Amino acid sequence: MKARSKRLMLVGGGVALLFAAVALVLSAFQQNLVFFHTPTEVSEGKAPTGKTFRIGGMVEDGSIQREADGVTVRFAITDTARVIPVTYKGTLPDLFKEGKGAVVQGRLEGGVFRATEVLAKHDENYMPPEAAHAVEQAQKAAQTLSQ
Amino acid sequence: MKAKFLVPLLLFFGLAGFLAFGLTLNPREVPSPLIDKPAPNFRLARLDQPEQTFALEEMRGQVWLLNVWASWCVACRQEHPVLVRMAAQKLVPVVGLNYKEVRGDGAISTRGMALEAETTMAIERARRWLADHGNPYLLSVLDIDGRVGIDFGVYGVPETFLIDREGRIRYKHIGPITPESLQTQIMPKVEELRRAG
Amino acid sequence: MIPELGHFALILALVLSLVQAVVPLVGAQRNSSALMAVGRPAAQGQFFFILFSYFCLTWAFIQSDFSVQLAATNSHSATPLMYKITGVWGNHEGSLLLWAMSLSLWTVAVTVFSRHLPDAFLARVLGVLGLVSAGFISFTLVTSNPFDRLLPAVAEGRDLNPLLQDPGMIIHPPLLYMGYVGFSVAFAFAIAALLSGRMDAAWARWSRPWTTIAWVFLTAGIAVGSGWAYYELGWGGWWFWDPVENASFMPWLLGTALMHSLAVTEKRGAFRSWTVLLAIGAFSLSLLGTFLVRSGVITSVHAFATDPRRGLYILALLVIVIGFSLLLYAMRANKLMGGGSFGLVSRETALLANNVLLTVASASVLLGTLYPLFLDALGLGKISVGPPYFEAVFVPLMTPVVVLMVFGPFLRWKDDELLAEVRRVAPAFVASVAIGVGSAWAVDHLTWRTALGLSLAAWVVLASLQLLVRRLGERAGASAGSRLRSITASWWGMWLAHFGIGIFIIGVTMVGSLDRHLDVKMKEGQHAELAGYTFVFRGAVDADGPNYDAARGRIELLRDGRSLDMLTPEKRVYLAQGMPMTEASLDIGVFRDVYVSLGEQLEDGAWIVSLYYKPFISWIWAGCVLMGLGGVFAAADRRYRHLAARDAAAAVGSRVAA
Repeated sequence: MKARSKRLMLVGGGVALLFAAVALVLSAFQQNLVFFHTPTEVSEGKAPTGKTFRIGGMVEDGSIQREADGVTVRFAITDTARVIPVTYKGTLPDLFKEGKGAVVQGRLEGGVFRATEVLAKHDENYMPPEAAHAVEQAQKAAQTLSQ
Repeated sequence: MKAKFLVPLLLFFGLAGFLAFGLTLNPREVPSPLIDKPAPNFRLARLDQPEQTFALEEMRGQVWLLNVWASWCVACRQEHPVLVRMAAQKLVPVVGLNYKEVRGDGAISTRGMALEAETTMAIERARRWLADHGNPYLLSVLDIDGRVGIDFGVYGVPETFLIDREGRIRYKHIGPITPESLQTQIMPKVEELRRAG
Repeated sequence: MIPELGHFALILALVLSLVQAVVPLVGAQRNSSALMAVGRPAAQGQFFFILFSYFCLTWAFIQSDFSVQLAATNSHSATPLMYKITGVWGNHEGSLLLWAMSLSLWTVAVTVFSRHLPDAFLARVLGVLGLVSAGFISFTLVTSNPFDRLLPAVAEGRDLNPLLQDPGMIIHPPLLYMGYVGFSVAFAFAIAALLSGRMDAAWARWSRPWTTIAWVFLTAGIAVGSGWAYYELGWGGWWFWDPVENASFMPWLLGTALMHSLAVTEKRGAFRSWTVLLAIGAFSLSLLGTFLVRSGVITSVHAFATDPRRGLYILALLVIVIGFSLLLYAMRANKLMGGGSFGLVSRETALLANNVLLTVASASVLLGTLYPLFLDALGLGKISVGPPYFEAVFVPLMTPVVVLMVFGPFLRWKDDELLAEVRRVAPAFVASVAIGVGSAWAVDHLTWRTALGLSLAAWVVLASLQLLVRRLGERAGASAGSRLRSITASWWGMWLAHFGIGIFIIGVTMVGSLDRHLDVKMKEGQHAELAGYTFVFRGAVDADGPNYDAARGRIELLRDGRSLDMLTPEKRVYLAQGMPMTEASLDIGVFRDVYVSLGEQLEDGAWIVSLYYKPFISWIWAGCVLMGLGGVFAAADRRYRHLAARDAAAAVGSRVAA
């Protein structure tokens, strides 16, 4: 084989590979990005139904309830403006507490958010940034309304 | 030098640009929606004399700081010496908002605890902490359930609000006050507000 | 007093690192052997002072000197001694000091083991390492001084984060840092070669053992970290694709590509430009990893460890180091062209293809890690990129890598006949697919993913065995012993590491397809069933430790009515921070782990218990051990020492001649 055509094949192979990789990454992004919404956005119907997304906020005081099986938990997550009821089956993270920040991932089903994953904050002072963001947004909205 | 050999360098600079931009997006520095708005009014029990209350409007006519703290907060311990030094130099009056003293502490379960019991415990803990570390506050008030904190948009401790003579929030400092932030951010704003009359 | 001594020692180390950076580089440029000779003692002196400084900091932790802020926030008088010592690096400031210390240790190793290198080359290597070291020590001193005092001292410390109070945490960070930082040696060799314009096989041969050893450390560090996450985080996952993990995985991928590229450069003189770029890239990703973890750009949950000033400092360091390297590369790259030519079907092509794939994989991890930041920066909303993205990208990219990985060694260097080789391995290939699909069917989990994973694993194992048989058959007529001896250590290293990947894939596939999980409420005497095992809850007792209170559950594990083990998961509350912690309990086996952790205690005295059945999960780490062992074999090849001795003789000869 001539050096020139060999080179052409190597370069061609490389370019084809690059395109394949880019296509792969794009389609993976398309299908697997998890968007984040605040409780206010969810109650305004801005969150997708039937698709996985995340909600951040604070666990409403006094909202944690366990069902008889012990492993199904109901609680509410709030950004201080709106409240979204959540159900979750499984063990909760160690730092999950009422009145503290949390992020839940799952889907909306009939007005209830069915969480598949519950993330709590990592240290005792701060909320996960997403939860803090939600509260901040709600404060901002409340402020605009009161004007 | 052939142009194609510069490609890695250019790619890297693009990435570095994004990272630099990312640095400016410090999630802690979200501007508070309350800036330049009247501070939410409150009336809360005082830590030193729980039978008496303190209300925001009592500070009217002064430029002052509202510092949110709790004995369980690690970072408060970090900023506390700065506050103590500030108080010794009488730079600016600081009112402490003791935030969720008991229920904020991960080690204590308040489930089934009566509010009075919680208050007693909060007073005891907060006083002991101030006795141990010094009390830089003009006075502190007790926000047992964190309601006032929520009104102020507090999402972590410590936070500090700068409030002007008319009772408007002019600046919000998130995280511990360092000698540097005091000198470069807080005090210049205090001076400015004082001059503004 | 001792903390001040430590601080002072660190300042002296910075001064020495600057000397080490500047003097030898100038000496190499002016060809002055007196100036070049400064590098070695400067590097060794720097190591001494950093070590001293490190001991001072450790002393503050051991003595519970809570007038040192770092000790006050990361230690406690009741913390066990082991965790006082490891607490030193369980935080931002201390881990930076550890970073600087590993860099210095690597530099000293270079001064000790590279006596055969030409003086000018060694001087440049030490100069580059000195520059990096100066950057990191000054970063530590300026933005993150570990010796800062807390006055007045507090009576009691806040204790080390309980998650880090674990044996895995004792060795994970030092291993990982040795790996991260180790790539700085390969980087320094590449930059020295660019500076000197000497980019030949000798350069590649000098870099190879260093790169391989760094890679071994990184492999071990990542494996230990993943093992730690598995048993410490309490829910049985072993890899989460979170930014901190990705930060260590990206340099690993590129480092793997670098090792292979260096092999081609040494043997055939080809890919020189590529090798240099990979050496720069692997080290850049190590620096970038440090930036991502330390600046808080991504994991901003770590509250006050995030200081924009720190991020800016590392970013500036990153831009200077990488920017200059890539600029230098752009200026010198046309000297790197050429080298041994090779045919389209050759071992070179196979290695090139795999290196491209590894680089693309590394880029896709980088993209996934940074994408939330990009979107946030452009104001397009907050998102998270989770494991599904990485898995969707990674499996298709790695499948050809694994197929080629064991096929490549069958090919000859330079040129080969594709058809002949394909015919040779075709039976193994067909058998692998059959075994893969068949065993997926046999375990009753016939999904394409399981079948693919098991086929790939079978392919690695079968093709590796065939390769071994072929290698042994090369010297017909020789005795078995002499045939075995004729195989070099580096060949065994290659073979073991590739075989390890097969074992690793079996573990990943089996645990990914067949693990079982059950959360259940249990009272004393109650039992639950999972994957053929019976779990009987025998109650919970108090089991307080030195710095925590705990409840210890007792769960009897039975199979077919026979008692196998008594599992004792714990729920701890660490006193100083009031932080609750879950300690899982494991029954470890060759073909499966049974994993139990305690959830919450309910008001009626019952507990939520999480039960997991994890088939073949230990194979994941067994595979990593084989990979690491392979690296050790490869680095220990006698050839490097022989050739080093020859280089040294040649260097002396040329010096005499000069």
